[in-house]
Amino acid sequence: MSGFFKSSIGRKYAMALSALFLMFFLLQHFAINILSVFSPNAFNEASHFMGTFWAVQYLLQPVLIFGVMYHFIMGFILEFKNRQARVVKYAKNNGAANSSWMSRNMIYSGLAILGFLVLHFIDFWLPEINTKYIQGDMSGLLADGEGFRYYEELTHKFVNPLRVGAYVLAFVFLSLHLMHGFSSAFQSSGVSSMRKQKLQAFGKAYAIIIPLGFIFIALFHHFNH
Amino acid sequence: MNLTLKIWRQKDAQSKGKMVDYKVTEISEHMSFLEMMDVLNEQLINTGEEPVAFDHDCREGICGMCSMYINGEAHGPDRGVTTCQLHMRMFKDGDTITIEPFRAKAFPVLKDLVVDRGAFDRIQHAGGYISVNTSGNTQDANAIPISKHAADEAMDAATCIGCGACVASCKNSSAMLFVGAKVSQYALLPQGQVEATDRVKNMVAQMDLEGFGNCTNTGACEVECPKGISLENIARMNREFLSANIKG
Ligand code: HEM
Ligand code: SF4
Ligand code: FES
Repeated sequence: MSGFFKSSIGRKYAMALSALFLMFFLLQHFAINILSVFSPNAFNEASHFMGTFWAVQYLLQPVLIFGVMYHFIMGFILEFKNRQARVVKYAKNNGAANSSWMSRNMIYSGLAILGFLVLHFIDFWLPEINTKYIQGDMSGLLADGEGFRYYEELTHKFVNPLRVGAYVLAFVFLSLHLMHGFSSAFQSSGVSSMRKQKLQAFGKAYAIIIPLGFIFIALFHHFNH
Repeated sequence: MNLTLKIWRQKDAQSKGKMVDYKVTEISEHMSFLEMMDVLNEQLINTGEEPVAFDHDCREGICGMCSMYINGEAHGPDRGVTTCQLHMRMFKDGDTITIEPFRAKAFPVLKDLVVDRGAFDRIQHAGGYISVNTSGNTQDANAIPISKHAADEAMDAATCIGCGACVASCKNSSAMLFVGAKVSQYALLPQGQVEATDRVKNMVAQMDLEGFGNCTNTGACEVECPKGISLENIARMNREFLSANIKG
């Protein structure tokens, strides 16, 4: 297997694997966030569990960070190498005649998501790390000790319309990224077209419903608080 | 019809080329695109200019020699055809047509619209064959049972004519449709099994060595391929490559 990950196809498998992992993570993230719309309590419980359970914090979280980094760094490398494979560009190229906009612009939708991830880290992840591991407060409680802090923190974040706007825009790009990315990941993994036709419909649904759901959550908290 | 042609002119592999405008008149809509190019070249020869070099051989869509990137698409705007089968009726009187060579680092321009597609030959040499004993006791291929389904799929893959339109159309200049087809035509048949592991590894290694880009599944190749080679062949190659690497 030594040369595998140096080969073009080996890298495709690795890229697809990281993407499949990210899509699974996204589903799990959505499942917890949507609780905030229906039950602040349930959302608090789930957040506290995810934020303090050792396997999530010390196993899944590092894997996630590695997965995201691997995915976008490999995305950049792929894009860079692929650009080098054509030195002189066409004077006239009609890409729209044979492929979707989404498939030709994965690097730009990806960059938009990366920009969002930076904002998202500053918004939620860094304060979490600060509270839990620097200040050492693992209780998950509000400053006055009256119940969990997670729901309060979440709703607080969605007050600023600029931030809500940025989140909505980022999820539109995520949707565009996944419109191509979902089926692409299965094609890269060598899944045969017979099975892919059923996956295709599921992929389109995933690429629309999940980002739309995240948009709904952001808008819901913006207009309800 | 009367047309304006914007054509890439390049003296030789070392020179820098540029787009040059030409006018052609009284082109019949029944002509093929290559016949229209013949008319232009006759005109250029009569005025003492250098004719435009372009590749062609069979002129019936089976050899894969004719190339050209026409109005931003390999083999022009029609589907399922090579440039020799592209008819001028696809264009309108007064049109401006942009004609460029297939572009990829692995397909260097030799002159004008002629590119060197030797990279494809080298990929084929790396594993696109089966070894058979031809001492006179060669087994009749028809004696080996093959399912109709596999035979059909192998035949579909084998219709690839190595034209390079897939590479030219791909935003990444990836050769995976071509290599996928060449791997698949053997992978589907019993005769191809013996050398299957080495074949896919060696062909992919050669493909990477030639400087083709990496597939991102845009599907442009499948749309522009004159022989309708399916993306399924790339998925099959990926599976073959993975299992070959697991086997060692
Ligand atoms: C939660 C975040 C993300 C998810 C769920 C996601 C998902 C996907 C999926 C499913 C694919 C298709 C994989 C394949 O074809 O094998 C893909 C490809 C790609 N992603 Fe992402 N992605 C995310 C973030 C990013 C970021 C931050 C970048 C940064 C630039 C990025 C850049 C790319 C590029 C360039 C490709 C195309 C490579 C290819 O198709 O081989 N992605 N992504
Ligand atoms: S796969 Fe299609 S486009 Fe590519 S070389 Fe073969 S026939 Fe030409
Ligand atoms: S000249 Fe042979 S395919 Fe066009």
